[in-house]
Amino acid sequence: MSLPKVRVPYLLLFPGFAFLFTFFILPIINLAQTSTQTPVKNGDTGQYEQTFAFSNYVNAFVDNKEQFARSFVFATISTLLALAIAYPLAYAIAFKSGKFKNILLVLVVAPFFTSFLLRTIAWKQILGEEGFVVPGLRSLHIISQQTTLTSTSFAVVAGMTYNFLPFMTLPLYASLERIDPRTIEAAGDLYANGITAFRRVTMPLSLPGVVAGTLLTFIPAAGDYVNAAILGSPTSKMVGNVIESRYFKIVDYPTAAALSFTLMAAILVLVTLYIRKAGTEELV
Amino acid sequence: MSQKVKDASIPTIPFKARFSRWFGRNLLRIYMVFGFTYLFIPVAYTFAFSFNDSGKSNLIWKGFTLRNWQNPCGAPEVCSALSNSIKIGLIATTFATILGTMIAFAIGRYAFKGRSASNLLIFLPMATPEIVLGASLLSLFLVFKINPGFWPTVIAHVMFCISFVVVTVKARIASLDPRLEQAAMDLYANELETFKRVTLPLVAPGIAGAALLAFSLSFDDFIITNFNSGTVTTFPKFIYVAAARGIPAQANVIGSSMFFLALILVIAGQLVNRKKTR
Repeated sequence: MSLPKVRVPYLLLFPGFAFLFTFFILPIINLAQTSTQTPVKNGDTGQYEQTFAFSNYVNAFVDNKEQFARSFVFATISTLLALAIAYPLAYAIAFKSGKFKNILLVLVVAPFFTSFLLRTIAWKQILGEEGFVVPGLRSLHIISQQTTLTSTSFAVVAGMTYNFLPFMTLPLYASLERIDPRTIEAAGDLYANGITAFRRVTMPLSLPGVVAGTLLTFIPAAGDYVNAAILGSPTSKMVGNVIESRYFKIVDYPTAAALSFTLMAAILVLVTLYIRKAGTEELV
Repeated sequence: MSQKVKDASIPTIPFKARFSRWFGRNLLRIYMVFGFTYLFIPVAYTFAFSFNDSGKSNLIWKGFTLRNWQNPCGAPEVCSALSNSIKIGLIATTFATILGTMIAFAIGRYAFKGRSASNLLIFLPMATPEIVLGASLLSLFLVFKINPGFWPTVIAHVMFCISFVVVTVKARIASLDPRLEQAAMDLYANELETFKRVTLPLVAPGIAGAALLAFSLSFDDFIITNFNSGTVTTFPKFIYVAAARGIPAQANVIGSSMFFLALILVIAGQLVNRKKTR
């Protein structure tokens, strides 16, 4: 080899990292700069200058604290719901599906390929006034005549839970599948009943999957605005909706940037705390 | 020791435990049926309404027709949006796969200064919400007076796909048996030959999986695309815009076709794999 060996990893890293630096790190730095700008006096809409107005952050947060809270509450609920739905599913695929394992795994990912927007809109129509669910529940008197399922916070959370379910199921499956079934048998041999064996052996061993799955669900859910836009109402808007409308409808870049930055920082802090607490060394 | 314990425990499983185990097993099966039904309800709905004789707005069932499937490009813009999505997906997948695989080899195969920092740089884009990625990239393009459009979208897709490629390929590299490469070296293959004839073929399935993942992420992306695509319409963007005035049934045709195409591809890939391992 003509290359000194120490350089090889750096040469391999260089093109990709140069790309990530230019199109990920630089934009984030630029976003931080934009977030403290104020409008140019007598300038056109969309013209801003740097004035280090850190008050932008305070204003952005105070004006939108409801949406912020909603983002984190909705994301937390749908992450927990997805965990509750996906864990038994992943468990069943890993341990109880025999030769159908691979096919079932493909089926978990398969809905992915119908555009997620089409599926979200399908839910909207299924749960909407013309769908079959609402009239059915009404005629059975399970819900009142006035109750609707779409345009509610409930629908937004349900939509997010549905859309991010595969992100939860796959890592859970991966960690459950890796468990040596003999360790569970051993627990049974040592007179643990099914529940104890699960609680003391299976669950701790699947924890890396739980951590990965909850992260992969929570992060996109906290920043999501599509579910809220399609399934929600003006009173169930999330911080993503605010950022989107600040950018495109109001052309208020500094507020949008301050909100984005706060959202990212909040998520990073939560994620770091969570990873610390869960004690997983491996980040990815 | 363990043998002894096992022998002692076999005949003493009480009936109640056996019953609960049996019930547990079937409870999970029943649960699986419910789980998959839940996953597939909107897919089935989308597929069913692709046969709706609906006219413009595909909201209410008006009768069965094959017309939408015979003429999937019948609705204005739907096929140009689809072709944009495919083009962007293919270009972005190619670049993201090449760049990501190189990084995966560097991190997976070498111990070097800055390795954990590199891991962090790969993790960060995945821990950043899409809306922040999209908005920050748009701000950068605006600063440099680059108009959003086709290529900015490609760049954005490469950016968020790289990390997923790295993670997928790295996992494959980590699962390789190092003795295979040592054997090649013992047989007087030099490093390049070993890489070409042993390492790369072994990692190839991981790279293919990563490329498939990158393409599906790119193809289905809406949030980042919406920020950076300007007037260029991709398939998800088309649906989002059309949703306000009613989605044409042709969109359901395309969504359903993508679903079946992906299903066939993945199952075919698994069959090929099974043949190889036999």
